[in-house]
Amino acid sequence: MIFLDNLINGLSLGSIYAIIALGYTMVYGIAKMLNFAHGDVIMVGAYIAFCGLQYWGLPPVMAILVAMAVCTVLGVTIEGLAYRPLRQAASLAVLITAIGMSYLLQNLALMIWGANPKSFPRTFINSSILRVGELSISSATIITILANIVIMVALTLFTSKTKMGKAMRCVSEDRGAAELMGINVNRTISLTFAIGSALAAIAGVLLCSSYPILQPTTGSMPGIKAFTAAVFGGIGSIPGAMLGGVLLGVIEIFGKAYISTELGDAIVFAVLIVVLLVKPAGLLGKPVREKV
Amino acid sequence: MMKMSKSKRKRLIYNCVTFALVIVAFIVLQSMIANKTITRSLKGQLVPICCWVVMAVSLNLVIGISGELSLGHAGFMSVGAYTGAVVSGWLLRAFDMQDPTLRLVVAVAAGGILAGIAGTLIGIPVLRLRGDYLAIVTLAFGEIIRNLVNVLYIGTANGKLYFSFLNKELPADVTMLVDGAKGAVKIKPISTFTAGFVLIILTLIVVLNLVNSRAGRAIKACRDNRIAAESMGVNVTKYKMMAFVTAAVLAGMAGALYGLNSSTVVPTQFTFNQSINVLVFVVLGGLGNVLGSIISATLLTVLPEILRAFADYRMLVYAVVLILVMIATNNPIIRAWLTRLGNIFRHKFQRGTEKGGAAR
Repeated sequence: MIFLDNLINGLSLGSIYAIIALGYTMVYGIAKMLNFAHGDVIMVGAYIAFCGLQYWGLPPVMAILVAMAVCTVLGVTIEGLAYRPLRQAASLAVLITAIGMSYLLQNLALMIWGANPKSFPRTFINSSILRVGELSISSATIITILANIVIMVALTLFTSKTKMGKAMRCVSEDRGAAELMGINVNRTISLTFAIGSALAAIAGVLLCSSYPILQPTTGSMPGIKAFTAAVFGGIGSIPGAMLGGVLLGVIEIFGKAYISTELGDAIVFAVLIVVLLVKPAGLLGKPVREKV
Repeated sequence: MMKMSKSKRKRLIYNCVTFALVIVAFIVLQSMIANKTITRSLKGQLVPICCWVVMAVSLNLVIGISGELSLGHAGFMSVGAYTGAVVSGWLLRAFDMQDPTLRLVVAVAAGGILAGIAGTLIGIPVLRLRGDYLAIVTLAFGEIIRNLVNVLYIGTANGKLYFSFLNKELPADVTMLVDGAKGAVKIKPISTFTAGFVLIILTLIVVLNLVNSRAGRAIKACRDNRIAAESMGVNVTKYKMMAFVTAAVLAGMAGALYGLNSSTVVPTQFTFNQSINVLVFVVLGGLGNVLGSIISATLLTVLPEILRAFADYRMLVYAVVLILVMIATNNPIIRAWLTRLGNIFRHKFQRGTEKGGAAR
């Protein structure tokens, strides 16, 4: 029973990682940059949803939609202001800028909402508990897993069927060639950031529904772990992000349950290191050959 | 006398200025201490300033010279701080070594060696990776080190050291040196400003000599074009490793000095944020510019104390500075504009018109 409990918790946590990892993997695939600030966009999304529920009295669905809208605008703004001027620069410069952006968001949140942790209100997401025999499953778990599946199917359809989605795949494969074919690269990258940030808002709400403590640093650790998940599954691959996220969530929960609570994070990061050394392209990624 | 090439002379002047600045600063501060004209808060900050200068210069070796972004530098610092605390406490209790200077030297050396070992162990897998992956893995290692230290228990009794991991299972009569999440406890503060000064000078000698040596040129070649360097027969992994481990050793020594400056060291002192702090020093001072790192590390350690009213905005300003410096130095349009501005100034204030274009 404890095993099953842990497994379900792991699947739930993993689904949250998977949704965050989708944002990382899409941006990495297309803009070839590690968007360090992605974790903090999650935090902003969660705060906006929190304000919507607590202060503005919005119904939960509206609050989530508002959070998604705000995060989308935020993501596109970040890309336009900070990352676009560095499109041709070395990856070191872009990465340092992204770290700066992550810090900027955290500190702005600290100024606006304060350092005190806020407890995320109960919504339809985490209000009931389903009992199956001895097993009790929170509704948040079920909704998280369902949301994960829906998002993944929708994204797969989007990238394979629509014109914009195909443009995204083109840009990720060869930016120069895509530009020559008449694809507006800047707009495509903006769109990627928009989708990734909207997903981040959903992830933020789901994360805080399962772990209802909200503070300015809420997003950073899940963000880094989700990046780990994206690498684990193969960066740039949407099913990979899904698989990596779920596996990583299960590994983390089992590690905490059976090895040591304090070493949970260390175990997750050890997975990252082992994956990068043994199979750097990830589980579902294609190895890229270097051309000189 | 042998005629020196222009670039060589320039480098010599730069190195002399760097050393002279540090030595003059030391003499001025020492005389201020002797005259008792130094403020209390500044005096308390002298050793931390030395530590952060060493941290910044060593991180600059990895980021600026070797061109790899390491986000786990605070991890090496914590290895050094813990080692220093344990070695110093053990020497005092087991061997009754009363001489603080000797103890400090042994502790700092031990901190450097252990951080160097950690750096080697981490570097072997990490330096096979590139760019963003390397950054995230060094970050991961920094967090792993912090996690492990959190469940580490070390005690001493009857001249022996007792280690225990995860659970506190030590004999009853031990004196605790490292107590899990409480960190290293009961440290006798023995760090001195002079020791910090010596460490800075040592760091400068190591780093400046490395940068201007054959190995240093190889390291820079790997940074500028890995493939070209490899095809010229440069062993990329070896040279990147050299820079990484040297930086780790120096960070460990700085950590030992930092740890022995206070009575406790806790794991939360060496989080990811601390690595970012050092990164800000390096970026603001200029990537690859040792003198810049020294100045920015000093100023950014002293300024928050003076501008206490703005303490809340410090990290916010750091974040903005990181972004603006990166955009200003890497965006082609802004760079061209800055170069033009620099040229106008140069023409106005300098008689000679040697050559246009700002330095890199």
